[in-house]
Amino acid sequence: MDFLNAIVALANFVLIPGIAYGSQLALGALGVTLIYGILRFSNFAHGDTMAFGAMVTVLVTWWFQSVGISFGPLPTALLALPFGILGCVLLLLLTDRAVYHFYREKKAKPVILVIVSMGVMFIMNGLVRFIIGPDDQQFLDGERFLISARGFKTMTGLNEGLAIKSTQAITVVTAIVVVALLFWFLNRTRAGKSMRAYSDNEDLALLSGVNPERVVMLTWIIVGALATIAGVLYGLDKSFKPFTYFQLLLPIFASAIVGGLGSPLGAIAGGFVIAFSEVTITYAWKKVLVYLLPDSLAPHGLVQLLSTDYKFAVSFAILLIVLLFRPTGLFKGQSV
Amino acid sequence: MKKLLMATAATALMAGAAHAEDVKLGILLGFTGPLESLSPNMANGANLAVDEINASGKFLEGQKVVTVKGDTGCTDSNLAVQSAERLITSDGVKGIIGGMCSGETGAVLQNAALPNGVVMISPSATSPGLSTVEDNGLFFRTSPSDARQGEVMADILKERGFDTVAVTYTNNDYGKGLADSFAEAFKEQGGTVTMNSAHEDGKADYSAEVGALASAGGDVLVVVGYIDQGGAGIIKAALDSGAFDTFMFPDGMVSETLEKNFGSMTEGSFGQHPNAPGDGADKFREMSAEAGFDSTSAFAAESYDAAALILLAMQAAGSTDPSVYKEKIMDIANAPGEEILPGDLGHALEILKDGGDIDYVGAAAIELVGNGETAGSYREIEIKDGRMETVGYR
Repeated sequence: MDFLNAIVALANFVLIPGIAYGSQLALGALGVTLIYGILRFSNFAHGDTMAFGAMVTVLVTWWFQSVGISFGPLPTALLALPFGILGCVLLLLLTDRAVYHFYREKKAKPVILVIVSMGVMFIMNGLVRFIIGPDDQQFLDGERFLISARGFKTMTGLNEGLAIKSTQAITVVTAIVVVALLFWFLNRTRAGKSMRAYSDNEDLALLSGVNPERVVMLTWIIVGALATIAGVLYGLDKSFKPFTYFQLLLPIFASAIVGGLGSPLGAIAGGFVIAFSEVTITYAWKKVLVYLLPDSLAPHGLVQLLSTDYKFAVSFAILLIVLLFRPTGLFKGQSV
Repeated sequence: MKKLLMATAATALMAGAAHAEDVKLGILLGFTGPLESLSPNMANGANLAVDEINASGKFLEGQKVVTVKGDTGCTDSNLAVQSAERLITSDGVKGIIGGMCSGETGAVLQNAALPNGVVMISPSATSPGLSTVEDNGLFFRTSPSDARQGEVMADILKERGFDTVAVTYTNNDYGKGLADSFAEAFKEQGGTVTMNSAHEDGKADYSAEVGALASAGGDVLVVVGYIDQGGAGIIKAALDSGAFDTFMFPDGMVSETLEKNFGSMTEGSFGQHPNAPGDGADKFREMSAEAGFDSTSAFAAESYDAAALILLAMQAAGSTDPSVYKEKIMDIANAPGEEILPGDLGHALEILKDGGDIDYVGAAAIELVGNGETAGSYREIEIKDGRMETVGYR
C-alpha cells in the first residue's frame, strides 16, 4: 500500500507535470532547432512567436465561445488552433519578407541575424501586449479533468490522489501526433527532403535544383505551426500571459542546445531532460521517502535540493554543463 | 493714509483667504499591479470622506478639498516614488492617502514624504517593519500591523482545531512580514508550520511550489499572497493536483475575485481582513451603498478613515501645513472627546472649529496606538456554499 502511495504521489507531482511540461518544451525546441538548422541562426523571437500564435487562438476561441460554438468535452481552443496557426504563419512570412530576407540576401553573419531576431522579439512582444494586454487570460473550457484527485482517492482507496488534467492528456497526445507528422514530412516527402538537403549543404542543394526561397517559406510555415501549437498547449495547461512566453525562451533554448542544435530528435530529448531536471531537483521528496523508507530512516527535513525559486537556474546550469563538456549536444547537432 | 493702506491690505488678505486655493490631497494607491482589484473601492472610500467634508462647507475657511490620484503599481517602488514626487511637487498636495503595499510605502516615505515633510496615512500597508521605521511623526496607518494579523490567524486556526499548516507567501515585504509573524504566533500556540516558503508573482505555473508544499503536508494551506497574482495560481495548482482543499486567506486574498473564481471549489476555507463591526461599519455600509460601491471590499473603510483623519487634523490645527497638523492626528483619533462615526464629519468640523475635542472612531473603529497605527479589528470570513460569508469579528 505504501509503495503504491509513493508511486501515486510521485506520478501526481513529478511524472505527469514533467511529461506535460516536457512535451511543451519539446515542441518549442523543435521550432528553434529547425530555424537553426535551416536558416542558420538562433531565433530569440521564438517565445514571442508562441505568444502571438496563442494570442490569435485565444481571440478566435473567445469569438467561438460568444457565438456558441463548442467542442464538446474538449477545449474550444483546439478548434480555433488552425486560425491561430494561420495568423502566426502570416506574421512570420511578413517578418521574413520585411526583415530577414534583407539580411539573407546580404549573406549576413549568423550573429547579426541573432541580434536582428532580438529586435523582432521586442516588436512581437509589444504587439501581443498591445492587442491583448499584459494580463492573464482565461480561455480554457470543456472538461477540466480526466481523473480528479478526489475521484481517484475514492476509486482506489489510497491516501494519495492522482489528478490528470485533460489539458495534460491533450498536450501529450497532440505532441506525439505533431512530432510523428513532422518526422514523416522531413523524411518521406520531397519538400522535407529538400529542406534537409538545404540544411546539410546549402550550395550543393542549390546545384541540385532546390529552390531556396521555397525552403525558407516552408520552414517558417512549419515553425509557425509548431510555435502556435506549443504556445496554445502551454496556455491551456497553465495560463496565457504574454510575459511567461518570454521567460520560456531560456528553458526552450536549453532544451534545443542540450539535445543538439539542428537535430529534431535532440530537441525532443532535450525538452524532457530539462523538464524533468527542473521538476525533480526542485521537488521536495519527503512525502515519497516517508512512504518508501521504514520509520527509522524517514527524513525529517523536506529533502528538497533547491527551492522552487531557482527553477530557471537549473536550466541555466544544465545549459552551461552541456556547452562546456559536449558542445554539440546529446544528439550530435551543430556546435554553437 | 496709513490707515487706508492697512485697511486695503487687510481686505486683500481677507479676500485672499476667502478665495484661498483648494486643498489638495493625494490618493496614492496601486491602481495597476497585483492588488488592482482592491484599489478602486479604496479610492471610492477616500473620496466619500472628501465629498462629505466638501458638502458640509465647514472645512477651514470654507475651502474645498480636491483629490489627485497617483499610481504605485503596488510592487513598483520606482513608480510609487515618482508618483509621490509628482503629487507633492507639481500638484502640491498637503497630505497623502497611501501607499498601498508595504514595500512601496516604505520607499515613498523615505524618498518623497520625509524629505518634503508631507503626512502619509496608509490605509493598507500592514508590514510589521513599518512600525519601527523613522518617520518624523509624518506616517500613520489606519490598518493594523501584520504582527497583530499573525496572532489573529493563529487564534482562528486554533479555534477551528487545525494544528499543522503549510505556508506560502508572496516574496516581498508584506508576504514575508506576515508569514513570519504568523509562523511565530502559531508556534507559540503549539502549532506546527511544516513549510514556510516563498512564491514569486507573475508565473504561469505554480505546480512545482505546490508539489513541495504538498510533500511537506499540513491540514490547511495558508496563502499569504495576492488574489490577482501568484495567490490565485497557487490555489489553482493546489486544487488541480488535489494537494490541499482547505485554505486560509489573509487580507491580500479576500476579495470579490476570490469568491468569483474559487468560491465553489474552496468550500470550508476561511480567512480574515481588517474590518470592524459596530455602528461605524454599519453607517459606512449605508453611505457606500448610496455612493454605489461595496463597503466590505478590503481596506475601503480604512481609506475613508485615512482621508477623514487628515482633513479633521487640518481643521483641528487650523492649518493645512503638514508639519503643524501632524501633531493633531493622534489627538483627534483617540479619546477624550465626542465619538465621530462616518456621516458625522460635518459635525466634527464644527466641534473642532469651536475648539472642542473629538474621538474619531470612523468606519474601521480607529484607535491609534504607539507609533501611529491602529490596534486592529478583523472580519473573519468563511466560504459557505460558494459564497464568502462573515462569521465574526476579532
